Amino acid sequence: MTDELPRTEAAADALPVAGQPLLRIEGVAKTFGTFRAVDGVSLDIKAGEFFALLGPSGCGKTTLLRMLAGFEAPDEGRILLDGKDIAQALPHERPINMMFQNYALFPHLSVRDNVAFGLKRAGMARADIATRVDEMVALVKLEGLEKRKPDQLSGGQRQRVALARALARRPKLLLLDEPLAALDKKLRENTQGELMELQRRLGMTFIIVTHDQEEAMTMASRIGVMKAGKLAQVAIPRELYEAPRSRWIAEFVGDINLFDGESKLRDGHRLVIGTRDAGALVVAEPREPLGAGKFSVAIRPEKVKLSRRGPVSEAGRETAINRLDGVIADICYLGGTTTYKVKLDTGGMVQASVANSARLDVDAYSLNQHVVAWFTPDDCVVLPS
Amino acid sequence: MRKVSRLSRFNIASLALGLAFLYLPILILVIYSFNASRLVTVWGGWSLRWYRELFNDRAMIEAAWMSLRVAVSSATIATLLGTLAAVALSRGESFRGRTLFSGMLYAPLVMPEVITGLSLLLLFVALNAERGFWTVTIAHTTLTMCFVAVVVQSRLGSLDRSLEEAAMDLGCNPARAFVAVTLPLIAPAIVAGWMLAFTLSLDDLVIASFTTGPGSATLPIRIYSEVRLGVKPEINAICTLVIALIAVVIVIASLASKLSSSQGESAAPL
Repeated sequence: MTDELPRTEAAADALPVAGQPLLRIEGVAKTFGTFRAVDGVSLDIKAGEFFALLGPSGCGKTTLLRMLAGFEAPDEGRILLDGKDIAQALPHERPINMMFQNYALFPHLSVRDNVAFGLKRAGMARADIATRVDEMVALVKLEGLEKRKPDQLSGGQRQRVALARALARRPKLLLLDEPLAALDKKLRENTQGELMELQRRLGMTFIIVTHDQEEAMTMASRIGVMKAGKLAQVAIPRELYEAPRSRWIAEFVGDINLFDGESKLRDGHRLVIGTRDAGALVVAEPREPLGAGKFSVAIRPEKVKLSRRGPVSEAGRETAINRLDGVIADICYLGGTTTYKVKLDTGGMVQASVANSARLDVDAYSLNQHVVAWFTPDDCVVLPS
Repeated sequence: MRKVSRLSRFNIASLALGLAFLYLPILILVIYSFNASRLVTVWGGWSLRWYRELFNDRAMIEAAWMSLRVAVSSATIATLLGTLAAVALSRGESFRGRTLFSGMLYAPLVMPEVITGLSLLLLFVALNAERGFWTVTIAHTTLTMCFVAVVVQSRLGSLDRSLEEAAMDLGCNPARAFVAVTLPLIAPAIVAGWMLAFTLSLDDLVIASFTTGPGSATLPIRIYSEVRLGVKPEINAICTLVIALIAVVIVIASLASKLSSSQGESAAPL
């Protein structure tokens, strides 16, 4: 990976300074008519990161990606790549390549010519192009299919050609727009693994746009959640899942039980929250103090334990354990886990996800059985609504 | 495929009737062009006599040559202008008066030919232009350009915009992206548009008779004026030749478009 394309050599005077991010997005905004698609996004991305932009459709993530690629020019803000503002540069002037959602393979060109397309434009020597194309084709495991046309390939193969074509110019930054959306579930899971392994091996910086939170969790080293044109939270996957910043993020990423709080009472390092649906709940004090607005207690289903009689006292700190009595109202068997919906005596509903660790159903619960759902104060978080 | 070949009696009958309706008159014309008799409606045995006479009829040959030249040049100019108009309309996102421009471009499609012909005649007279080959060519370009634009624009509309974006992403400036990706993909539509313009020009009588001048009659004008004096079997011969020419052009064009879609490398000027 020592030979550089002419285009990237031109940018060599702006060598990355230690500590400076590869990409810095500063207050970028884009308005279509009266619709503010991207509304003041600021974000730093370091070299070698696998960053995911996650959000529901229409949240502005694709517009942001298209501004990075150069297909849209931001109305406000700067986009710095290695310290140079590229916000108004045309797509072909940027050392950035993109993999399109529908792959956008050139139908009149063979696999080989599709991969070589960008290299020819860069003015590479014929022999070097041949070597690079062979290398790329081998990288995405498409040997033997070089002469085929895109319409003679399967969906998965097309996806690989698109990847090879985008990687061939060795961009500083690779943008992937919903790269796996068109693949079926099994193939998607395999490809996720391959993409991660490829990114690690090449040491390249990837930015992926997806609406699939599982995909973002699996692949990305950091995730930026977008909502209505703004970045709602930027965090590593674990933090995003375990410490979401708002109720909206908690609901968007994974399943969650939410209880609206009515009163709060400080008790040392803990808070006692009064809820209408689940009574009083003891929770750990949040890192940022709660404001005056509404708030709720949130707990992930897999952190809710079920038992027949009561909490299994592990450390003897029973006083701090939240205990909710109820009956099983619904059972959803998912193979690896079973999700139980428990109708609480206090009126609310709580979901508990239980791992099916035994093959036989000796410890399964049945409908209308009385159970106790319990969890510790550290298992739940308090979120502003 | 088996199922398709097994047609019901009703289908066979309707197919035969339909084809007969379209092609029986032409078939009769072709057969009578080989008639030995001087009378058009009486069969007098096989002969190539009228073809021989046709080649000695200098006025007719000149008219045919004139028509061919007008058709080739007007189709070429119309294809160039029509393609540019289609690209401007489907790629130039939102310039002022876009709707008005596209409406005006397609007006000749529905305009009666008499009106087009008359208005062009008035224009040429006002400009004091000498009427002949060039005036007919310009008039035919006006007529056929919108047909080319329609054909090319529909192809451009079905083309994925992200293909051009991908080309730009891979280092092409917008013009280069158009030449390297868009042009090869719309080439079949451009060829089809040219063919359409060529045949429209070749058989146009109304506009040509308004815009042509003395001594430069096109084939349809020549045939029409001859027929008014009574149909000579020679007319059958020239019509048969025109039909043969058009058939050959259509076969070549469809072969070419098939070839370009099966091996696209040749179509890509990289």
